[in-house]
Amino acid sequence: MSERRFSQEDDCSSLLSRLGSDSPRPRMKYGGMFCNVEGAFENKTLNFESFSPQTQRRRAARTRTDGGQTVVYPRSRIDQGCRSKTRRAPSRCSREGGCCSSGDRLVIKGGKVVNDDQSFYADVYIEDGTIKQIGENLIVPPGVKTVDAYGQLVIPGGIDANTSLHAPQKGLNPADDFYHGTRAALSGGTTTIMDHVLVEPGTSLLSAFDQWKETAEQRACCDFSLHLDITRWHEGLYEELETLVKDKGVNSFLFFMAYKDKFQSSDSQLYEAFGVLRDLGAIAQVHAENGDIIDEEQKKLLCLGITGPEGHVLSHPEEVETEAVYRAITIAKQANCPLYITKVMSKSAADVIAKARKKGMVVYGEPITASLATDGSHYWSKDWATAAAFVMSPPLNPDPSTPQYLTSLLACGDLQVTSSAQASFSTAQKAVGKDDFTLIPEGTNGVEERMSVVWDRAVSTGKMDENEFVAVTSTNAAKLFNMYPRKGRIAVGSDADVVIWNPKETRTVSAKSHNLTLEVNILEGLELRGVASLVISAGRVVLEDGKLSVTEGSGRFVPRKAFPDTVYKRIKARSKMAEARGVPRGNYDGPVHDVISMTKSVPPTPTTRGPPCPKTQPGPRNLHQSGFTLAGAQIDDHIPRRSAQRIVAPPGGRSNITSLS
Amino acid sequence: MSDCRRQWNREDELPVYLAGPITTGPNQRKSFGMFSSVEGAFDSKTIDFDNYAVGRKGSRTPRSGSRERLLDTGDPVGKTPSEPREGSLTNSPGDREDARTGVEVRFSTEKESPDGKNERLLIKGGRVVNDDQSFYADVYIEDGLIKQVGENLVVPGGVKVIEANGRMVIPGGIDVNTCLMKPFLGTQPVDDFLQGTKAAIAGGTTMIIDHVTPQPEDSLLEAFERWQEAADKKACCDYSLHVDIPQWNESVKYELELLVQEKGVNSFQVYMAYKDVYQMTDSQLYEAFSFLKQLGAVVLVHAENGDLIAQEQRKILGMGITGPEGHPLSRPEELEAEAVFRAITLGNRVNCPVYITKVMSKSAADTITQARRKGSVVFGEPITASLATDGSHYWSKNWAKAAAYVTSPPLSPDPTTPDHLHTLLACGDLQVVGSSHCAYSTSQKAVGKDDFTLIPEGTNGVEERMSFVWDKAVAMGKMDENQFVAVTSTNAAKIFNLYPRKGRIAVGSDADIVIWDPDSVKTITAKLQQSASEYNIFEGLECRGAPAMVLSQGRVVYEDGNLQTQQGTGRFIPRKPFPDYAYQRVKFRNQVKCVDFQNGVTRGIYDGPVYDVIPTPKYITPAPSAKTSPTSHQPPPIRNLHQSNFSLSGAQIDDNVPRRSGHRIVAPPGGRSNITSLG
Repeated sequence: MSERRFSQEDDCSSLLSRLGSDSPRPRMKYGGMFCNVEGAFENKTLNFESFSPQTQRRRAARTRTDGGQTVVYPRSRIDQGCRSKTRRAPSRCSREGGCCSSGDRLVIKGGKVVNDDQSFYADVYIEDGTIKQIGENLIVPPGVKTVDAYGQLVIPGGIDANTSLHAPQKGLNPADDFYHGTRAALSGGTTTIMDHVLVEPGTSLLSAFDQWKETAEQRACCDFSLHLDITRWHEGLYEELETLVKDKGVNSFLFFMAYKDKFQSSDSQLYEAFGVLRDLGAIAQVHAENGDIIDEEQKKLLCLGITGPEGHVLSHPEEVETEAVYRAITIAKQANCPLYITKVMSKSAADVIAKARKKGMVVYGEPITASLATDGSHYWSKDWATAAAFVMSPPLNPDPSTPQYLTSLLACGDLQVTSSAQASFSTAQKAVGKDDFTLIPEGTNGVEERMSVVWDRAVSTGKMDENEFVAVTSTNAAKLFNMYPRKGRIAVGSDADVVIWNPKETRTVSAKSHNLTLEVNILEGLELRGVASLVISAGRVVLEDGKLSVTEGSGRFVPRKAFPDTVYKRIKARSKMAEARGVPRGNYDGPVHDVISMTKSVPPTPTTRGPPCPKTQPGPRNLHQSGFTLAGAQIDDHIPRRSAQRIVAPPGGRSNITSLS
Repeated sequence: MSDCRRQWNREDELPVYLAGPITTGPNQRKSFGMFSSVEGAFDSKTIDFDNYAVGRKGSRTPRSGSRERLLDTGDPVGKTPSEPREGSLTNSPGDREDARTGVEVRFSTEKESPDGKNERLLIKGGRVVNDDQSFYADVYIEDGLIKQVGENLVVPGGVKVIEANGRMVIPGGIDVNTCLMKPFLGTQPVDDFLQGTKAAIAGGTTMIIDHVTPQPEDSLLEAFERWQEAADKKACCDYSLHVDIPQWNESVKYELELLVQEKGVNSFQVYMAYKDVYQMTDSQLYEAFSFLKQLGAVVLVHAENGDLIAQEQRKILGMGITGPEGHPLSRPEELEAEAVFRAITLGNRVNCPVYITKVMSKSAADTITQARRKGSVVFGEPITASLATDGSHYWSKNWAKAAAYVTSPPLSPDPTTPDHLHTLLACGDLQVVGSSHCAYSTSQKAVGKDDFTLIPEGTNGVEERMSFVWDKAVAMGKMDENQFVAVTSTNAAKIFNLYPRKGRIAVGSDADIVIWDPDSVKTITAKLQQSASEYNIFEGLECRGAPAMVLSQGRVVYEDGNLQTQQGTGRFIPRKPFPDYAYQRVKFRNQVKCVDFQNGVTRGIYDGPVYDVIPTPKYITPAPSAKTSPTSHQPPPIRNLHQSNFSLSGAQIDDNVPRRSGHRIVAPPGGRSNITSLG
């Protein structure tokens, strides 16, 4: 069998790995078994095919092996013939706009490859920004740079699912923009960020998206993708959403339940929006806090004369977060839409998510670096700048056991993704709110420390194994947002976003040594075990020996398709099941009470509440007509609808209603 | 005991009446005389007791005379009441044979009520059941009050004696949730205060608390007075009133204050459902809670997420479902649980007691349970319907039947719901049983025959309430008789500040007493009910436990199936604010919280650089936002661009920083200079 195969695929033999006859786990399947989702990369900004002429052939070859046969090359077979066939193409790859080194050929030797499902010892060969081979004793062209990873882990680069590197708050731009932010991300082992496009109310989603993308493409040093924050939902957004989902590669949209009178969406709006997102195959994200209560609490606290940052946490109590999470889940359940809760900061909010998951809801929770690493006691710091640095929403919880608890839930799978919610504002910027905590721009750092924090808090304490570590730092996010397997996995064909993780090394977080421009670091002084010792982004080594060598603008936009399988398989099945059926009944032919005085009882809808929904005006009833008939057929045509309701069936259109009843 | 002794000395003509209980009672620790009425608790009654009694005398005398024939002193105690009791709820006297003397009335022969002013009654040989203990004792009633409790009571002659024959003597039930006058599109429920209270009495309930439901533009006070007037004319048992707040605005505040302080209303309902009609936003709820807390009122919450219901209703109508099954489909359990959760959160934030009316589903009940575990002051009220039946009937082929079950929140289709709610009731996680009695006739319900959203909401239940709790909880062994008394009357009396006037058998309490027959079995049917509605949602259910005799205000109003009610005898019972049961914890928390909040951090003045904010006029959106009040969409004030904001020694530099438009400026530029010394 091996002979046949050998002769058949002579031109690509070097790509095929020698599967582990002597590896510790005989059952494992290396990259060959792994099959890309067809067409998954069609919408890329960069065209893979144009990278290298070989790709076409190689891919064809790979699919041929997909039949499930294990290809085993005896050690003796690795001969010159094979090697001679290997292209010795100049290691230049013509990446548009990219630098010359983007086509680095690399082989990572001796490391332990850790994916979310298994770990194994194997070498990884990278070429043209993708992983080409995984296995032992790889046949690689000469002149390839070898990276030694003995005793270290080779993990997929982290994905930070929540950053705000460009979103202005109160007119202030974050201190760390795409360049500094992604630079810091890379230094911490994160090779993909997903940034939030904050669409100011009233502006076009598409133009905001384009602006963000353009900025990021110019500035970002690592791959990025974008979420859209919808601050004012109305049905007119549908077309833009459709365009974004279908043509622009955005499949996640964030809604705010907080920031009253600014970004906040009402329950009705959320329900409508969730319904639309479900139909489009996108994921709904929510910033879950009850904006109404917060607003009242803020007023109250300011009245009490509390103006410092401690007012922030006092006005954003845990319950307010929990309540909103609960409500968001209820709405998502009703709309049958997958839901992703950003920034899970408290135990009770996490509990609500865990419980909802146990009841079968499709809901995901994202704790962030700050909530995993520290608590909210610092809001009472005597140093205003320190206290203000921690201001973010939802705030860090004053309960010191929160980080531990969240880590545990993360380890058991009740929470799925870790992100950073990076949004850094300098002290001078924060000082805008020095006399009124509600004006302090919200956001903390964390993009750089994220992976280390998870390793330190979860893995090195024994709560989590290395595979779960990979899952929560990259794979889950990739799956949820449909970047898998391009991101979040070390497999043949995946992007060469690889991190060599040194679990033994420690580092101390300090604002002096971090890679942000920020002058404070909320994790200052924390000693973290587990450090990214080498980071490869898009096939290029960007961090080595503690030295960052990034290129501004080298980051590519990663488009994401709608209907991620992980999320939508269940949703689709439920949509089918959820169809309610009416009860076929005979016509009710009993007496019907005559409603005469309804002009009095149908209250004029108070104008202060509710969206200006199409009001059904009852109109003066035709008093010449008797409302009472025993054979009552269309008698109810004159009964005013309750004003709470829109008329779904216009008088002319829905004549079939009587036949159904 | 000091109390007893004092009483003895004073009332030397009754020397023996304290001796009995101590020597022979089965329970040595009981303390009858210890109980004393709250002083002045009855000051603001609408009806003066004394005036009232005159009218009573005239009307009462003939009937009590007619009852003398029941005299049968030798009747063996504890005669088995095992005869079939079908139809025991009818008021036709022909159904009853005199031989059926589970409870009997006789007169001591000497003299008829000496002053003729008030009926005097002695309930002999019963087992008094309160929420805390049970004991054998006689109860002597005079002037509509319980005057003595104990054994071997010394009573004046001419007293009517009721032989309880070892049956339970319990405080009359309090139904905290009825809507006997709730208008729907101009029509009234078929059970008005007369029919409704008759039904209540037939079921062993001697007091109702009805909901005043004004329409959004109406004045609360006027509505309250309308209700009170109607009830004063018609009600056969004591009543009190909740007032529903249909919308929140400044003028409501004034009326609320008046209602609490002068009208004796201490509970108000707010709605989280009925979008665009009654529904309040979270902000309004927060304000309402804060305000009601200051007044010391209990906040009742109709907890359902109105926004989502409106959406679901549209969706379901759009799918062509117009029958009553659309009602539960559009109001799924989760929406109830969500709103309960939100209401509790609001209550916690405001630190205000929250009372959830109509707990209909397991998840809502569980939410309350969990909140109570965490210390929230929250009360839950399941209703007869949710305790006795489930929502499967919405899918009935018979439209009229399906429509009869329409109430909101709807009955949960999960058939295990009643059982679960009973369990929680038994363990104290839910506290009060209401009925939410609001009976509309089928023809009234048929207004919504082609659109389920127009079906008037409401089910019956006031008559069956106590029996079902007995049948499903006590007879099943989930609950003991004391807890039964607690959930059917005592807890309600405590929460709404009627205790100990109502909800307890003790000296000084109102003589609203039920002699409960635990063995009676009846089958519920619309034919034999007191309620005027032609459909009973419990039709055909068999149910153990029923009142054998009901006393309201010291009068026998129901006896073995015969109602002897009198229209208009019901008094309005005013209730004072700050009920201890609900507010004690709140008060303490208030103190603690205040201390917490006053601890702002004392910091030096921040004197670092402050970023210059350019208030871009970005935010001038035409704002069709739904949930927000229109008040706060003004764009931030335009900054004076001539003035530089950047200064390294920044002192008052932020004076020019625009406040967020959503905020009130708390510190006016001149007034709050002390903040810098603090901050």
